[in-house]
Amino acid sequence: MTAAAIEISGLRHAYGDLEVLRGVDLDVARGSIVALLGSNGAGKTTLIRILSTLQRADAGRASVAGHDVAAAPAGARAAISLTGQLSAVDEVLTGRENMLLVARLRRVPDPGAAVDRLLARLDLAGAAERRAGTYSGGMRRRLDLAMSLLGDPPVILLDEPTTGLDPEARREVWAAVRELAAGGTTVLLTTQTLDEAEHLADRIAILHEGRIIVDGTLAQLRALLPAPTVELVEKQPTLEEVFLAVIGAKPAKEAS
Amino acid sequence: MTALADTRILTGRSLRHITRSPDTIITTALMPIAFLLLFVYVLGGAIEVGADSYITYLLPGILVITIASSVSYTAFRLFMDLQGGIFERFHSMPVARPAILWAHVLTSLLATYVSLAVVVLAALAMGFRSGAGIGAWLAVAGILGLLTLALTWLAVIPGLTATSVDGASAFAYPLILLPFVSSAFVPTDTMPGPVRWFAEHQPVTAIVDSVRGLLAGETAGSELWVALAWVAAILAVAYALAMKAYRARIARTR
Ligand SMILES: Nc1ncnc2c1ncn2[C@@H]1O[C@H](COP(=O)(O)OP(=O)(O)OP(=O)(O)O)[C@@H](O)[C@H]1O
Ligand SMILES: [Mg+2]
Repeated sequence: MTAAAIEISGLRHAYGDLEVLRGVDLDVARGSIVALLGSNGAGKTTLIRILSTLQRADAGRASVAGHDVAAAPAGARAAISLTGQLSAVDEVLTGRENMLLVARLRRVPDPGAAVDRLLARLDLAGAAERRAGTYSGGMRRRLDLAMSLLGDPPVILLDEPTTGLDPEARREVWAAVRELAAGGTTVLLTTQTLDEAEHLADRIAILHEGRIIVDGTLAQLRALLPAPTVELVEKQPTLEEVFLAVIGAKPAKEAS
Repeated sequence: MTALADTRILTGRSLRHITRSPDTIITTALMPIAFLLLFVYVLGGAIEVGADSYITYLLPGILVITIASSVSYTAFRLFMDLQGGIFERFHSMPVARPAILWAHVLTSLLATYVSLAVVVLAALAMGFRSGAGIGAWLAVAGILGLLTLALTWLAVIPGLTATSVDGASAFAYPLILLPFVSSAFVPTDTMPGPVRWFAEHQPVTAIVDSVRGLLAGETAGSELWVALAWVAAILAVAYALAMKAYRARIARTR
């Protein structure tokens, strides 16, 4: 048994001439939450899709729970659950029917009970009998997430799971993710909100120009910046400042 | 084993799409019934087919049209699955991959049989009569089922490759028109040379003639084998092309 639930080494992927991933190395320890940060177009979704067996890498290796995604995709699929960047629910079915469909496909024992628990968990019990097509964007997102949590897959891949959620729903999702990790589930998530990475992740990896340029805890990332300036109050650099510093961009001027 | 169970689960899901919007079955049956009415009560009086009743002559061709309009919903439903991302969700799950397409195909088969039954009932109400025994009816159901399978796999191709909803369903129009240039509505010997040659050598004529023969209680002749050969060939080619389109689709990096 290896210690890491997700192992990625030398992973490369190009769309025609556009080299998106140029040798990505990343290990995610079992039971940990890793946030993958990167600007728009950095290749986060591409990386998640390769891990989900939806796309093949041009070179390099990736495995989830010990299953190589290229050589043993069936094993990898059994080990992961994906919440993609675009929500993938059946709009004609109700929320509960969507959940039951996934539960049956995953052969969840006692699907009805598992479904009810997760619907309540993501605050969808009241809307469970409505067609998913009538859900708001945030509800659809939560349903999508709830569908991914069915069957307790050991590795969960979340591509921008809280985009479009209101602060309260976001906190519910965070709580669900933390609880999963506490139970031993490994979570790799991408996010645009640095705040989310700061609050949720055990480790943060920054994908930039096709490589993971930084990978560490928030404290380790903070240490990358010069010592905080001592003024009247000592101010810790925010992750945003660290992020912009390591990718070499200038922080945007605050509109005053 | 798990592939069969997955197929059953996914077929249940897409059948539910149909029961949620039964208009797909009604629309499918409506156009053929309108054709029946039009040809029997408006045009039929002027058409000489040398049979006892025109509707009995007409029904087999109308059944082919019913199949053609029914299978186009497969293209539509598949296209919507691809658009909505649920297709990719299934592909990232431990689901037997053949089950994902077969569920759509079996759904089409079941829905088409329901539409065919509705059209036959309408024809009975308009005076269609058949002396065929249970064996002949089963043979008719078998050959129409095979045709449905073949045309459904054909419909899978635009379902996987279309870039718009209209594109996904448009492929059915030529299929619906093909019976008009066959023995479905008028005997082919009334047609001018090249058209007649085409009509006599295209699959709809062989299929329609066999079904007509079976419903008339005649013993199956050579046209039945020609029809079966046509249907088997269309099925083989459509399936191969559909699998090719499927592989290209899942290999495509979005
Ligand atoms: N199918 C494709 N064909 C061509 N280029 C693509 C394709 N998919 C993605 N790309 C390009 O690859 C790059 C990385 O895309 P990707 O979706 O992985 O980025 P991302 O980090 O997820 O971005 P975002 O934060 O906007 O979601 C982008 O420049 C994108 O335009
Ligand atoms: Mg993305």
